[in-house]
Amino acid sequence: MKRASAKKPKQLPATSEWTFEAIDAYHTEIARVAANFHLDAYPAQIELITSEQMMDAYASVGMPVNYHHWSFGKHFLSTEKSYRRGQMGLAYEIVINSNPCIAYLMEENTLTMQALVIAHAAYGHNSFFKGNYLFRTWTNADAIIDYLVFARNYIAQCEERHGEEEVELLLDSCHALMNLGVDRYKRPPKLSLAKEKLRQAERTEYLQSQVNELWRTLPVHDTKPGKVAAPRFPPEPEENLLYFVEKHAPLLEPWQREVVRIVRKIAQYFFPQRQTQVMNEGWACFWHYTLLNTLYDEGLLADSFMLEFLQSHTNVVYQPSYNERWYSGINPYALGFAMWQDIKRICEDPTEEDRAWFPDIAGSDWRETFDFAMKNFKDESFVAQYLSPKVMRDFRMFAILDDEHEPKLRVSAIHDELGYRRVREILSDQYNLGSREPNIQVWNVDLRGDRSLTLRHQQYRKRPLGGNIDEVMKHMARLWGFTVRLESQHEDGSVELVQETRLEKRRGQSEN
Amino acid sequence: MTRIIDRRFDSKKKSAVNRQRFMRRFKQQIRRAVNEAIQDRSIRDLDNGEQITIPSKDLSEPQFQHGRGGIWEQVFSGNDQFASGDLINRPPSGGGGGRGQGKASNEGEGEDDFAFHLSREEFLDIFFDDLALPNLVRTQLARITDYKTQRAGFTSDGTPANINIVRSMRGALGRRLALGSPFSARLRELQKELEKVIEESGEDCEEALQLKDEIGRLRAKIDAIPFIDSFDLRYNNRIRVPKPTTQAVMFCVMDVSGSMDEEKKATAKRFFMLLYLFLTRTYEQIDVVFIRHHTVAKEVDEDEFFHSRESGGTVVSSALKLMHEVVTERYAQGSWNIYGAQASDGDNWDNDSPICRELLGAQILPWCQYFAYIEITPGEPQNLWREYEKLSGEHKNFAMQRIEEPADIYPVFRELFKKTLV
Repeated sequence: MKRASAKKPKQLPATSEWTFEAIDAYHTEIARVAANFHLDAYPAQIELITSEQMMDAYASVGMPVNYHHWSFGKHFLSTEKSYRRGQMGLAYEIVINSNPCIAYLMEENTLTMQALVIAHAAYGHNSFFKGNYLFRTWTNADAIIDYLVFARNYIAQCEERHGEEEVELLLDSCHALMNLGVDRYKRPPKLSLAKEKLRQAERTEYLQSQVNELWRTLPVHDTKPGKVAAPRFPPEPEENLLYFVEKHAPLLEPWQREVVRIVRKIAQYFFPQRQTQVMNEGWACFWHYTLLNTLYDEGLLADSFMLEFLQSHTNVVYQPSYNERWYSGINPYALGFAMWQDIKRICEDPTEEDRAWFPDIAGSDWRETFDFAMKNFKDESFVAQYLSPKVMRDFRMFAILDDEHEPKLRVSAIHDELGYRRVREILSDQYNLGSREPNIQVWNVDLRGDRSLTLRHQQYRKRPLGGNIDEVMKHMARLWGFTVRLESQHEDGSVELVQETRLEKRRGQSEN
Repeated sequence: MTRIIDRRFDSKKKSAVNRQRFMRRFKQQIRRAVNEAIQDRSIRDLDNGEQITIPSKDLSEPQFQHGRGGIWEQVFSGNDQFASGDLINRPPSGGGGGRGQGKASNEGEGEDDFAFHLSREEFLDIFFDDLALPNLVRTQLARITDYKTQRAGFTSDGTPANINIVRSMRGALGRRLALGSPFSARLRELQKELEKVIEESGEDCEEALQLKDEIGRLRAKIDAIPFIDSFDLRYNNRIRVPKPTTQAVMFCVMDVSGSMDEEKKATAKRFFMLLYLFLTRTYEQIDVVFIRHHTVAKEVDEDEFFHSRESGGTVVSSALKLMHEVVTERYAQGSWNIYGAQASDGDNWDNDSPICRELLGAQILPWCQYFAYIEITPGEPQNLWREYEKLSGEHKNFAMQRIEEPADIYPVFRELFKKTLV
């Protein structure tokens, strides 16, 4: 009855060219709807950039500031090349986990795309950054930009003082070990620019004195030599190789320790992103889809807008089949989007199967369930917890076992009653860090002898180490300053020496 | 509150530093690639950058990874035929056919070369690096061959033709006003007085007559100020400024007798090309004259120069004579910088070599900015070399080098043109 008198809401502009006013109008509406859904996000800062600036941002791993290094130049060149040749489109957006959350919009995008990106990045990703426990624990959105500025200036200073080349070699070595330069289980202290600066000098002094203590040339003699087993150092294996180098490498100069620390901190900052890709992208897709559809239902969006939006949304969440040419594994956007949609469905409209599989969430309030899931999981546990038989069926998932000792591949499970749990387990394991990257830890330092360092690789499902072991070991040896060994421990417990990189470095001598 | 910021006009080229770092780091590889690229170019094709390829293994960033082997169990999508427990043949090696990310991506890269585009400037910079022609800077600064005149204000002396009338008259007017002003002030006073007197006591009173007298004298004084004086004159000032010569001509002289085989010609080509490249960095316009010779010399185009084959004996002096003719005919010394480059296998008719030396020393070198001779021969120096050697002491703008194989080209070039700035 009210209908006749209700004012028809004014439609948002539907041109394909964007203007600042139009973006602002869209943003206001999107923000309003997001607030209705109780999406908790950092304030958004939307920045419009050119494609060239987008490539710049690509090259420095998406960060607005970063220190200089040739490898960023290399990435820029290869991005530029493929972009210019049209082999690759640039991402529509880059979003930075900071407070305020910076979302880059490319000027080439149409208005529809800009709106999509605002919903996707400035509300989807942004709220994920703010809520998810990994990001809350490992990164500090308030300080990251400041820290990057500090890092860039510090490294520039080192370059002035010690020469670009020397700093570059050091950074090369650190980059080679970057993936192994993160704490996985320890909680890191928060970064803050003021504190960093204040404590940096202090730390420098202190560290150096510690190291000297550790490597005192006159060892304290045991009263009964040979009888007591030499204490191991480190007493527990250390998973963070760069941390260990920073704290214990005997020959590093104080500034070198600081550079190692910077690389390590930045690696740590990106660590959560590697572990939450499915959740994070799925979450952002879910929200741009939901927010824009809500606006459409309210009558604010034109049909032409929706058609363009749905077309690009569909492209993003498309999952090719294993036998298609462009198949490259499970698409995290597709899987994430499907899972979040599915969780909502289970909450609102559960079937018998759902009630059996998810008794605790079937029929619950979907916003609360979403919040809980978004905040407390990473890809591995998210898949293990929430992947439903329906999604497995929709994706027609099947698992293949490739054992090098078997002549043939075996289909170990498919999307059927018998296989659901197995498929889910295997998929979850694919997102497990241990299965994605080899697990290598600092095992022992020969304190009494030649100061050599032993790394130990724990084999995962009999997979040998790959990559350029030789080169990485050289980098490790350069940082450590003495011989470095790499052992591989098989699953049966036997240990095998993979590589020994000998290095006798003296202070002031540069080694290559 | 939300902010929308337009960053499009912020500094671009944020990665420029990183790009430079990259170039510096892989200078060796890039330089090698540039040198290879030269081989396929015409010596005048310099307007383009170059697609450079360097082996990607050289610039890999090593990481630990899972290697092949062991057990991999992965989930795929789009099952259309499989049931639990099915056995499948391994896909042919290469990992195609839908292997998961774990392996296929490890192999996909790796072997490929890393290709990127050098701009023309970058290309040439790498090519030249720290090269410069001898005496070049000095020559450019000292040797002024052309002037142009340009205005430079006004002067107080010059030729009548250059008198600037407006300026001169303005000066004269000012002078007249200045010199006349004490008189005119007095004149005005007297006139006022006169009017008063006439009003009071009539036209012809004593006082009025006196005043009229004085007024008349003053008028005469004012009229005596010259209308124009010699120091009022202003002349347009034109000065001559040196105009650097921006054109050069490069003579490529090559022996195409039977003893010069393709390989030697290729070597010579690279040499000419290097010279040409260098000159384009210094001059706006460059003519290239190709002169080839066996027993007779002939001016030809580039294609014929490098690709046609002649045979017979060798008379080098014929080419030098031709070069001299062309110089006097077309490239009057004033406006052209002349560079000569001669390539030969050194095999010359014995009696001719001394003639060559004389020709070169007396008629060509004095005209040339620089003349370089390279002898491409694996063996002993030939007679031409020995004759030329006598010249090299006397003329600073003459250089000679021997090249034994193509690989020597680049170092030789550097040797020839290495910086000798004074």
